[in-house]
Amino acid sequence: MSQEPKDVAQTADPANVATINFGPTHPSTHGIFQNILKVDGEKIISSEQTVGYIHRAFEKLAERRPYNQITPITDRLNYCSSPINNIGWEMTVEKLIGVDIPKRVQYMRVIIMELARIADHLICNSVIGVDAGALTSFFYPFSEREKIYELYEEISGARLTTNMGRIGGFERDFTPVFHEKLKSFLKTFPKAFEEFDSMLARNRIFMDRTKGAGPISAERALSYSFSGPNLRAAGVDYDVRAMNPYSSYEDFDFIIPVGVNGDTYDRFMVRQEEIRQSIRIITQAYNNLPEGDYKADLPDFYLPPKAEVYNNMEALIYHFKIVMGETELPVGEVYHAVEGGNGELGYYLISDGGRTPYRLQFRRPCFIYYQAYPEMIKGLPISDAVLTLSSINVIAGELDA
Amino acid sequence: MEKQNNQEYLTAIQAAFGADVLAHEEAFGMLNIEMTPARIHDAISWLQQHQDLSVNYLTNIAGIHYPESAGREFAVVYQLHSWKNNLRLRIKGYLPKENLHIASITDLFAGANWMERETYDFFGIVFDGHPDLRRILNMDDMDYFPMRKEYVLEDATREDKDDRFFGRNNNEL
Repeated sequence: MSQEPKDVAQTADPANVATINFGPTHPSTHGIFQNILKVDGEKIISSEQTVGYIHRAFEKLAERRPYNQITPITDRLNYCSSPINNIGWEMTVEKLIGVDIPKRVQYMRVIIMELARIADHLICNSVIGVDAGALTSFFYPFSEREKIYELYEEISGARLTTNMGRIGGFERDFTPVFHEKLKSFLKTFPKAFEEFDSMLARNRIFMDRTKGAGPISAERALSYSFSGPNLRAAGVDYDVRAMNPYSSYEDFDFIIPVGVNGDTYDRFMVRQEEIRQSIRIITQAYNNLPEGDYKADLPDFYLPPKAEVYNNMEALIYHFKIVMGETELPVGEVYHAVEGGNGELGYYLISDGGRTPYRLQFRRPCFIYYQAYPEMIKGLPISDAVLTLSSINVIAGELDA
Repeated sequence: MEKQNNQEYLTAIQAAFGADVLAHEEAFGMLNIEMTPARIHDAISWLQQHQDLSVNYLTNIAGIHYPESAGREFAVVYQLHSWKNNLRLRIKGYLPKENLHIASITDLFAGANWMERETYDFFGIVFDGHPDLRRILNMDDMDYFPMRKEYVLEDATREDKDDRFFGRNNNEL
């Protein structure tokens, strides 16, 4: 890579400059977004992004949907870690209506959100391996991710777009099968993960490929409002879980890993360490899982069991009111952020008391940091641009909303 | 150093910007400040450079459409975060629909670039001084701003989901 990326534009000979398309459909963009690169041989002089290929107008859709029907929309933001999006949204609504969530639900949520973080980081890191030419290290973690998906299945019945949880808690308690599978996951995963780690982390070829690829300084990352692993790789220890703890994160002991150079290798290493920390958090939460109910006492939002709807007048009324969207909601503006797989995932919700949000904005970390991409790849060869793209983990669903 | 709280922020901003602070409230623990739109750029710049307040992080920029409030139909909301004090605050500016112009803050935060483009794309709010204010998520040749309230979704014709039965009067917009 070049030490002085800014000089490239001046030194390039116009006769040698070519314009090429990187995307919209290219195997290494892992999603549909286009970059029009101006290259001098292999060196990238400038690039221009086009996004919005899978824009589905979530914010507009959300204005016509009752609160419980917005959860499935959030699945489709960062679909590598849907449960974090679901639970983040539920917590936003809970903040608006002001409800105390039982400790057990909070711990259950922590377990699930950390499982989702592991799944998210595993995919991202193994894909960095693929883009550096290492396919084997991509296949091994998939059997581990499969186990996480089986755990999702036990909780929600779904695997990818999970629609997990309800406003106020979960639709059911952890099942006996879940307990069994989680215990076996906690036992076997660390070993499998260290095997994956040993394939790449100190691999000479991998290190040579990733060190110095797509670096960003802490100052620029902050100016670009980076968050999550990409910001931490640049050396800034900002993590919503520690800054504004939600769902009892303050009860757990974990560290926030940071990198130094903000390059692809640091982003990889930060994610690897975060996976280890997530396992620590899950272990702590699971070992101390409090007794209690798996949902809050929230009849206005939480559907009663069907048997009660048939036999109990009150349950029938609540059922009707929830389904018809007649629940009274407070007027107000809430912002709630969670630490998603890619950083600060925020929900800015404005309620006018109606049955749907008056306005709901998603703060999508991908969308915000992807704009720094041209700056990060300037002066680098195209192969490094590919690595940078996969290591900042741009998820098209979250980018375009 | 003692961490500053909402009250101290409000006092400092009021002292510095006086009559430009039009309204303020605390919503769910977060300080909301409404300011004269023309002064918001200066206020954010001042907050960013202030030693103690040290608002170093732009969380997001949101547009909101209030078609019924005459003269202040559009709101631009800046959510900011001071890590030093671990305090989030919201600065709002209301614009009349005839004059949807506000100064861009891309010179203060590089990340504001796409956030402003998105707000322009959805609401048609023009950020003066933005280096490249184009649509971002929608098609370039789109000729309206889809997040405005007059563009209702198709199912608005459904009788059973009519908002008038639920205490909201959307259909007359």
